[in-house]
Amino acid sequence: MNNNRYLSAVMAVGMTAVASSAMAATKVTIGTVNNGDMVRMQGLSEEFEKLYPHIDLDWVVLEENVLRQRLTTDIATDGGQFDVMTIGMYEAPIWGEKGWLTPMKDLPSDYDMADIFPSVLGGLSSKGTLYALPFYAESSMTFYRKDLFEANGLSMPDQPSWDQMKSFAEQLHKPEEEQYGICLRGKAGWGENMALITTMANAFGARWFDENWKPEFTGPEWENAVSFYVDLLGNYGPPGASSNGFNENLALFNSGKCAMWVDATVAGAFLTDETQSRVADQIGFALAPEQVTSKGSGWLWSWALAVPVSSDAKEAAKTFITWATSRAYSQLVEETYGIANVPPGTRTSTYDNAEYLEAAPFATRTLEAIGNADPNDSTLNPSPYVGVQFAAIPEFQSIATQVGKLISGALAGSMSVDHALKAAQSITLREMTRARYYSN
Amino acid sequence: MLSLKQRRSLNTLLMGVLAWGVALAIFFPIFWMLLTSFKTEIDAFATPPQLFFSPTLENYTLVNERSDYLHFAWNSVVVSFGSTIIGMMLAVPAAYSMAFFETKRTKGTLLWMLSTKMLPPVGVLVPIYLLFKDTGLLDTKTGLVIIYTLINLPIMIWMAYTYFKEIPKEVLEAARMDGSTLFQEIWRVLLPMSKGGLAATVLLSLILSWNEAFWSLNLTASEAAPLTALIASYSSPEGLFWAKLSAVSTLACAPILIFGWISQKQLVRGLSFGAVK
Repeated sequence: MNNNRYLSAVMAVGMTAVASSAMAATKVTIGTVNNGDMVRMQGLSEEFEKLYPHIDLDWVVLEENVLRQRLTTDIATDGGQFDVMTIGMYEAPIWGEKGWLTPMKDLPSDYDMADIFPSVLGGLSSKGTLYALPFYAESSMTFYRKDLFEANGLSMPDQPSWDQMKSFAEQLHKPEEEQYGICLRGKAGWGENMALITTMANAFGARWFDENWKPEFTGPEWENAVSFYVDLLGNYGPPGASSNGFNENLALFNSGKCAMWVDATVAGAFLTDETQSRVADQIGFALAPEQVTSKGSGWLWSWALAVPVSSDAKEAAKTFITWATSRAYSQLVEETYGIANVPPGTRTSTYDNAEYLEAAPFATRTLEAIGNADPNDSTLNPSPYVGVQFAAIPEFQSIATQVGKLISGALAGSMSVDHALKAAQSITLREMTRARYYSN
Repeated sequence: MLSLKQRRSLNTLLMGVLAWGVALAIFFPIFWMLLTSFKTEIDAFATPPQLFFSPTLENYTLVNERSDYLHFAWNSVVVSFGSTIIGMMLAVPAAYSMAFFETKRTKGTLLWMLSTKMLPPVGVLVPIYLLFKDTGLLDTKTGLVIIYTLINLPIMIWMAYTYFKEIPKEVLEAARMDGSTLFQEIWRVLLPMSKGGLAATVLLSLILSWNEAFWSLNLTASEAAPLTALIASYSSPEGLFWAKLSAVSTLACAPILIFGWISQKQLVRGLSFGAVK
C-alpha cells in the first residue's frame, strides 16, 4: 500500500515536471542596436509576450560595431547565442548567400508583403531569396535652415546639385557667428564618411569597381568628387569636420550651427523634435544633391531582423520578427508612442496615411528618396555590385574603412587628395587580388 | 639665494602642486562624466562645453526604466570576486614557490607568463569562442570567471612574487623549525606578513575584472552580461546618447569606486602595519 502511494507520488511529480517543461516558454534572444525605433520595439516586448505567452523575449543591446563583430563571430562559429539578429542591407545578402540565415518564406497571409517597398526587399535578398524582414529603412536627404535661406534670399530646389550646395554654403558660412555653411560626415568608417562620399561619387559619375572588379579611384570622377568634398567641407564646414559623424552633425544642426546638412532621412525626426532641437520649426527638406547624374545620389539602408540557421528557436524567432515588422506593429507604435514614431521607410501604407504625413514633415521627401534609390542600378556606368553607398561583397567593409581613413586624412590636411586616392587604389587592388577576384 | 630650508619648502610646495595637478587630471574625466549624466542630451553636446546648467535626473530615470541594473551589477560582482578569489588561490602558491624555491628558470617563467598579456585578445577570440561554445560556457558567469582568472593571473603572480621576495627566507625557516606544516607556514606566517601587498593585488584584480569589456562583450549575451555590457548598450549609431551613456557609466563605476575608496584605507593600514620594514 505504502509502495503504491510512493509510486503515485513519484508519477505525479514526474508528470508535473514533464508538463511544466512542455509548457515552458521558448526563449528568443534578440541582438540589436540602441536607437529610438529599436528601443520602442524593446518597450513593446510585453505586448508581444501577451499575444504569444509561450515565447519569452531576451534583449542584448550593443553598440553598432560591437554588435556586428559579435554577430559575425557567433554566426561564423555556429555559436547559436542569438535567435534574432539585427542586421543591415550590407550583411543580409552576403550572410544569406553563405547559408547563415533562414530564408524568409511562408510568411502569414496577413503580413502583406506587397505593402513593403520593393527596393528594400531587393536589398535584403540574394538571388531572389529574402533573408531578413525590414524593420525600418532610410535614404539620405538634404536638411537646410529655411530661416537662413529666406534671410539671404536663397531658394533650395527639390534636388540641388553639389555646385549649388557649394554656392549656398559659401553665402551662409559665417564662422565668426558659429554658423557653418554645410555639415557633412568626416569621421572615417565604411558606414560613416564613406556612406556619404560614395553617394557623392555616384552623383559625380564614379563607381567603386568597373565590370571586371577593378577599382577606379585614380579616374577623373573620383578625383572630382573627393576634391569637391574636401574643398566644400574644408572651407565651409565646422572646425574639426574630419571627426564628425552622424551624431556630431546632428548636435551641431540641432544647436543651430549648420545651415545645411546631407545625411540619413531618419535625422528628420530628431531635427523636428522640439525637445532636442533649437531650430525644430525652421527645417526644410530636399533630396540629396545630384551632379552629373542623380543615380545613386541618395543612399538606401535598412535595419532588418533575421533568424540565423544556428538558432534553436527558429519558429518562435520567426513569429517575433513577423510581428515586429508587421502593419499591426506599426499600429501598436502609433497607439503607444504617437504616429510620428512609426518605423519609417518600409511600408507603403505608412505613407498613405495622411495623419503620418502631417505629423512627420520629412515623410514625403523620405518616400521620394527611398523610391529613387535602387541598389541594383546605382552608378552612371554599369557596375558589378549591388548597393548604393556600399558594394555588397564581404571585402567591402575592410576596404572602405581603410579608404575612409585616407579621405578623412585628406580632409584633415594630413595628405593631398591625389595621394589619398592613389593609396586607396593600391589598397583596394591589393585586397581584391588577395580575395581572388583576379590575379596580378 | 634661498636657504636649504627654503629650498626644501619650495620643493615640497612644487611637489604638492604637481601631485594635485596629476590627481585632478586623472579625476577630471570621471568628474565630467558625472556632470554630463545630469545634463540633457542637447546640453551634453553643447559647444563650448557647459559647466553650469539646469541639472536633471531624467537620464537616471530612463536607465532605471530601460535596464535591469541590479542584474548586470550582480553579474559584475560575481565574476569580479569569483575570478579574484580563484586567482589568489592559484597565485599565492605559485608566487610562494617561485619566491622561496627559485630555480634558474624562474625569471624566464615569470617573463613568459607576463608576455601572454601582450597578445592582442582578438587574436584568440575565435578559438576561445569555439572552446566556450563546445563546453557550454558561452553566456555563463562560470565562463567569465575562468577567462578573467586566466587574464589576471600573470599580474597577480608577479605582484605576489614581488611582495614575497621582500620577506626574509629565514622567517619561514624559523616557522618550519617550530614545526609548522606548509599550509601553516603560508597561512599563519607568509600571508599576514604580506597582507598589504596582497590586498593591493586583490584590489587590482577586482578593478581589472570589473572594467574588462572585450571578453564580456564577446562571450556573454543576456544571462551573464556584466556592467560593461550594459554601458555598451547605451551607445547609439543614430541619435544623441552621451548624457544617458554618462548616467549608466556613473552607475557602473560607482560600486567599484566606493569599494576602492573603502579598501584604500585598509590597504594603507595594511601597508603601514606590515611586518616588512
